[in-house]
Amino acid sequence: MADLNLEAVPMPQQEPRDRIHNFGEVTLGYTPEMAVQEASRCLQCKNPMCVKGCPVNIRIPEFIAKVAEGDFEGAYEVITQSNGMPAITGRVCPQEVQCEAKCVLGRKGEPVAIGWLERFVADWHLASDPTTAIPHYPANYTHVAVIGSGPAGLTCAYDLAQLGYSVTLYEAFHTIGGVLVYGIPAFRLPKDLVARTEADLHSLGVQIYRNMVMGRVLTLQELFDKGYKAIFVATGAGLPKFMGIPGEGLPGVCSANEYLTRVNLMHAARPDYDTPCLTSRSVAVVGGGNVAMDAARCALRLGAKEVHLVYRRSREEMPARAEEVLHAMEEGIQFHFLTNPVEILPGSSGRVGSMACVRMELGEPDERGRRTPHEIPDSRFVMDVDTVIMALGTSPNPLIRMADPSLEVNEKGCFVVDEETMRTSQEGVYAGGDAVTGAATVILAMGAGKRAAAAIDHYLQANQRPPV
Amino acid sequence: MPVIVTKRNLNSQVTYLEVDCPAIARKARPGQFVMLRVDRKGERFPLTIADYDDVRGTITVMYQRVGLSTQKLELLGPGDSILDVVGPLGNPTNTEGVRRAVVIGGGVGCAIAFPQAKVLYREGAHVDVIVGFRTKELVCLERSFRNNCSNLYITTDDGSYGRHGFVTDQLSDLLKAGEQYDVAIAIGPIPMMRAVSEVTRPYGLKTIVSLNPIMVDGTGMCGGCRVTVGGKTRFACVEGPDFDGHEVDYDELLARNKVYQSQERRAKEAHRCNLERMVNQLTKGGNEAWLI
Repeated sequence: MADLNLEAVPMPQQEPRDRIHNFGEVTLGYTPEMAVQEASRCLQCKNPMCVKGCPVNIRIPEFIAKVAEGDFEGAYEVITQSNGMPAITGRVCPQEVQCEAKCVLGRKGEPVAIGWLERFVADWHLASDPTTAIPHYPANYTHVAVIGSGPAGLTCAYDLAQLGYSVTLYEAFHTIGGVLVYGIPAFRLPKDLVARTEADLHSLGVQIYRNMVMGRVLTLQELFDKGYKAIFVATGAGLPKFMGIPGEGLPGVCSANEYLTRVNLMHAARPDYDTPCLTSRSVAVVGGGNVAMDAARCALRLGAKEVHLVYRRSREEMPARAEEVLHAMEEGIQFHFLTNPVEILPGSSGRVGSMACVRMELGEPDERGRRTPHEIPDSRFVMDVDTVIMALGTSPNPLIRMADPSLEVNEKGCFVVDEETMRTSQEGVYAGGDAVTGAATVILAMGAGKRAAAAIDHYLQANQRPPV
Repeated sequence: MPVIVTKRNLNSQVTYLEVDCPAIARKARPGQFVMLRVDRKGERFPLTIADYDDVRGTITVMYQRVGLSTQKLELLGPGDSILDVVGPLGNPTNTEGVRRAVVIGGGVGCAIAFPQAKVLYREGAHVDVIVGFRTKELVCLERSFRNNCSNLYITTDDGSYGRHGFVTDQLSDLLKAGEQYDVAIAIGPIPMMRAVSEVTRPYGLKTIVSLNPIMVDGTGMCGGCRVTVGGKTRFACVEGPDFDGHEVDYDELLARNKVYQSQERRAKEAHRCNLERMVNQLTKGGNEAWLI
């Protein structure tokens, strides 16, 4: 029976004063009792809006009903029919603008905590140490190459392997996972979850090659020559943007990607690892997305006394997940809204000493509906910082398009694809994830990987000639 | 994992390493580099591909044993594996249409300048090579260069071998004597590349320098390797490492390359005893010691 409680069961979490000293996960997850209680809030709408809000259309009321009955494994089966990595999406999806935004309960109170329930179900399944083999079709001995092992590549490889294809996954780094590993910190997404996905791929027979920078070591044509019948390009959007203001070349200024890669992929925060990281007293992070939040919170955990987050619009326009903004505020990150850096100035040692900013006000909405900020005259002021981290977004990695210039890209360098099939301008070549959309979300990338896998399957089946 | 095939000490500071990497050897061109990680806890660091042999399936790197990572690398020998070797990265040096070139190398940069000289010379270009060392003991690759260029000029800072002076003195003389080149390629320490660019500037001689900024990934992802060239921010890993020597902001590059120096020094000190322990274990058997 639906219990018309307007408040969601709160998520247990590490206290801010403790968690700023460790990289352990901030949110601790529901207990089974909490999950059942939260699931029982779902009204089981006849025409569920939440499903429409989900980029991969998980049958949300159905899995929540199973949770409410205590059938957690059943709930897991419902979710995984649409989403192969619920432990990850339950943690990193921006639910407040997707499924939970559409929840009817949200009109009067708090929506059902769909993300937290999804995470619970996935964690429950993983903790039960599943030994059942992943169901898959018999091998069809048709080779497909997947380039990039971020959310899009992992999903596509998984789905194709399930369909019986011989999948080879190429990754440029020494660890698979892409942004899940180098970008998102462990306090938000524990890395063993990505390792579990890797184990699943192994059990499906996916061949994984690390340290292979495609475009440089092999071109797409060379992959076809090797015998691959189709290629999925999911090389992400890694190339960081900078503001182009004076002083950006000073020591002590870095991109959020560099900062996070050092900390997450290379374990720079751990004394037994060799990769160094900037040591800072006072840090300014410029930007308002999840990457900005991640960088700011990492800086705090690396021992910075003060961390300032500088964003040129107001809180409402911030693209970061609401939960991350809330957690960052709890942890003592100082937010400076409607503020824009104009110059970075050196201190006595030659390293960054301060950052000059101006105040902004919001004007008319732009074509995407976001209000454009304008500088307030004579509002310049100086912040005392020794580190500036730029989290302004990224553009698609250029290596594949440099090596295969025939692939059509738009003015931003994103691959141009058919939105239904993810096919690029070249036959047999599909693309998806941030390499197509520019920096977006994990779930959108996974959705693209799924669509591409289905389209590749369709293409290869149509192309199969009858035996002579 | 890439296995070390050959290892030689070229002098008291520079080591020559031939590594089995068939996929990289097939694609490598002069001017490109690889990223290495010696062991699980090691950092990723770039080394220029000093030579490559598609037939043998090997690439050669040469490095100065200065930092923690190169010291770790130095502990490995033939038959040992390097955990990660990634490449070839960066864009090859553009040698198209070059008929006359002067290639200038300083210190370990000589080793890096070698493939450029070799390829140009074998393609039939006239190639003058100027290589500079601090002192006679450090002179290396003399015969390799002599077999792969039209004229070889060696300078030493102290005059103990070849010409007494800097590479720029020799370059100045050649240019003053009216030698004409399509391009100058300078590879070495930043002050040397800057000095070479200043010598060639009045002659309007196109000068290519190979930059060595800090890099984490080497694949166009971190922006750590950004350099200012002609007032624009450029990424050395995907747009370089070669740039127009007359346009590079060398001061910024020098300052940025020192960001982690104090931490690296501390790390090196802290690791020294560990390294000694590892050497002992390595000599006792296998390189499992790396996996501690």
